[in-house]
Amino acid sequence: MSTPFIYSQAAASSQAHGAPFLPTAWARLQRTPFTLVLAVLVIGIVAAWALVPGWFAGQNPVQGVARQQLLAPDAAHIFGTDGLGRDLYARVVHGAVHSLSGAFVAVVVGLVMGTLIGLLAGAIGGWVDDLLMRFVDVLLAVPALLLSLSIIIILGFGTVNAAIAVGVASVASFARLVRSEVVRVRRADYVEAAFGSGGRFWPVLWRHVLPNSLTSVIGLAALQFGSAILSISTLGFLGYGAPPPTPEWGLLIAEGRNYLSTGWWLTTVPGVLVVLVVLSANRISVAFSNVSRGQE
Amino acid sequence: MSILSLVKPTVLELENLHIAYTDHGHEQPVVHGVSLTVAAGEVVALVGESGSGKTTTAQAVIGLLADNGRLTQGTIRLNGEDITGWSQKQLDGIRGRVVSLIPQDPTSSLNPVQTVGRQIAEILKIHRHVARGDVADRVVELLARVGLSQPALRATQYPHELSGGMKQRVLIAIAIALQPALIIADEPTSALDVTVQRRILDLIDELRREFGTAVLMVTHDLGVAADRADRLVVLQGGRIQEQGRTAAVLADPQSRYTRRLLADAPSLALKNFRPAPAADLPADDAIVVTDLVHEFALSGRRDSFRAVDGISFRVRRGSTHAIVGESGSGKTTTVRDVVGFQKPTSGRISIDGVDVAGLRGEPLRQFRRKVQLVHQNPFTSLDPRQTVFRIIEEPLLNFEPVKAEERTRRVNEILQHVGLPASVLQRRARALSGGQRQRVAIARALILRPQVLVLDEAVSALDVTVQAQILALLETLQKTLGLTYLFISHDLSVVRQIADTVSVLQGGRQVDSGRVEDVFLRPGSDYTRELIAAIPGQANHDDELELFPETAASYRLLHATA
Repeated sequence: MSTPFIYSQAAASSQAHGAPFLPTAWARLQRTPFTLVLAVLVIGIVAAWALVPGWFAGQNPVQGVARQQLLAPDAAHIFGTDGLGRDLYARVVHGAVHSLSGAFVAVVVGLVMGTLIGLLAGAIGGWVDDLLMRFVDVLLAVPALLLSLSIIIILGFGTVNAAIAVGVASVASFARLVRSEVVRVRRADYVEAAFGSGGRFWPVLWRHVLPNSLTSVIGLAALQFGSAILSISTLGFLGYGAPPPTPEWGLLIAEGRNYLSTGWWLTTVPGVLVVLVVLSANRISVAFSNVSRGQE
Repeated sequence: MSILSLVKPTVLELENLHIAYTDHGHEQPVVHGVSLTVAAGEVVALVGESGSGKTTTAQAVIGLLADNGRLTQGTIRLNGEDITGWSQKQLDGIRGRVVSLIPQDPTSSLNPVQTVGRQIAEILKIHRHVARGDVADRVVELLARVGLSQPALRATQYPHELSGGMKQRVLIAIAIALQPALIIADEPTSALDVTVQRRILDLIDELRREFGTAVLMVTHDLGVAADRADRLVVLQGGRIQEQGRTAAVLADPQSRYTRRLLADAPSLALKNFRPAPAADLPADDAIVVTDLVHEFALSGRRDSFRAVDGISFRVRRGSTHAIVGESGSGKTTTVRDVVGFQKPTSGRISIDGVDVAGLRGEPLRQFRRKVQLVHQNPFTSLDPRQTVFRIIEEPLLNFEPVKAEERTRRVNEILQHVGLPASVLQRRARALSGGQRQRVAIARALILRPQVLVLDEAVSALDVTVQAQILALLETLQKTLGLTYLFISHDLSVVRQIADTVSVLQGGRQVDSGRVEDVFLRPGSDYTRELIAAIPGQANHDDELELFPETAASYRLLHATA
């Protein structure tokens, strides 16, 4: 760029004329980044495992088969078997529902509570804003895992409680994002116009401020979904989540730890799976935020 | 003009230019065969509405089309050299040196984290125009040349420390730094106040005369084009409707489109004032503002800033009162006090006998049925997530319940009033044009059947033709519904057309007020005189007109020998 004044048009200078393409579904798929297609595929498969595990894995995930302990991956057991002779593939497939539903509950808890706090803080302002946001600051100051552990110790162990604990730990990030969006949208002309035509505070908040604040929150929700799976697995690994013999992924890794030298697949397979799902969720979240930015 | 003007070399030559944008796989042609030339020292104005392809054409010249834009046909010759299809790298060599750009919006065109001095120095360094040691001196020299006071200080300041007009001067300094043969000015003054606009245009004119630079000016404002350009090129829908010498086009427009543009431009319209209101108007005042003062507390300081300082005016029911002033004059603060969005520090605002400043809570909400505000920018005043129907219907939901069929009936009724087809009801605001959006905003304001409509620069963001339509709509609505308007504007030519009475504000004070005719013909202050003089479209083409309709050559010859 030879001229500094084209600051606002700098992006336009990198010209690239894409080849003309047909507006078909296949062409649209080709235009979609490969990594995004892969991410959707991973999440799709795992979601299908969670919904109908029986279609994917016939073996019993809980009952072991005698003399089939610690078999390395082969054609019969593609992920191998564990120390009790249970098929690891079946355990992973049947475990998906625990990790996914846990993550889902966690995101819903974080989203609802965080949005509520952020909305109130941003819309009312003043001392309410100060009070709520300082509370959020306190939440952020405590490490998320420590916070989750404290909550789970109050609530008691279990899949749902672990999910709630993880969700509460993510309230702060949701609240902050929603508040900043609400503060921005509240100053918009159309909100002023809504008040100007006699709108009352809560209806205007519900009709205009909330819907227009939520676009970027969807991106964060997808991101939190990934990290919730990681956190729930962490809690499971530490023994605060679902009790054995539930094939929850974190628990699978914890159990496999005992066989690290003899059965590498017991830790590697669920570990890689967790990583894949988290990365995929992150990739989808990036796509969401790109879309919402493109709209503006 | 000297005899030399006959042999001025052509700087820019566009021949049969076709440009298309690719949108979702479809190639949408937007410029269809534009041909024009710009000679050295000449100002050619590219005039048209938004969407006419004028900016696209100008961007193509400097190689700055958006990513999905493509030159499909035609040639661009700069100083005789064919630059069509040059790569960005090749173009980098000529941008700034041979052709440069003065962008539209000075606020977003400077890098906010660099001093303006560094930004000017950058172009000198890139093209190795002056020795490294002399760059700083040259920067100061350039800043002085574009008329900035204390140029050495300005060079060390950041963009946010300068006003809009000063930033535009900095951008002009960058544009002229290497004395290019051609300057493309893309709506260079649209974002500026009228008096600033005039000074900036004077500056461009002066520099052009001094360096003999050719100027391609892109503008939607026919008044500006009429004042400043030697030749006009009128574009519509990507096609040239007409081109010719400014005086000739203005005196005898050949195309119907040009005639409409000329008729719609408020600054060029017949300088008639609005006829005095009919005698049968009720004689009472709908709005009475007395000694309005509004102070803003300055953060971290004890004293405060007085944005509005003792303003008083009365508006008769069914008439239009205009508040005129430049940015910072306090007109927006006044309006927000009048509609009850904020409380004045002191003074009285009475609308229909109700004291607005005393209203709070529910009474204030009920008061809003009487007074409605139409915002300046129809692109931000409509909720992007709602359909037009929901937007217009919403005010009805705020007061006593109205049955669903009744609401639908009233929405349809008001839609007819503002001249929109029923088919827009299910669309969202982003699918509408600026003019349509402003009609939706007016419909939303009118559905509560208010008595006073406050229009905050309600036509400033619109094209002249659309502006003329909205102004005509406002006239009709006022007659049929007996509305009282408070019309805020920086554009005196619009005010002349629509208002009965006017207040001129400067720095929060009212420097002039009264009937529009009196204020225009006998301005009471220097500031008002300056504002009136700054209305574009007043340049005198009479001497050229006498020559019309002789051919351009003999015209030039006559001038050359004179």
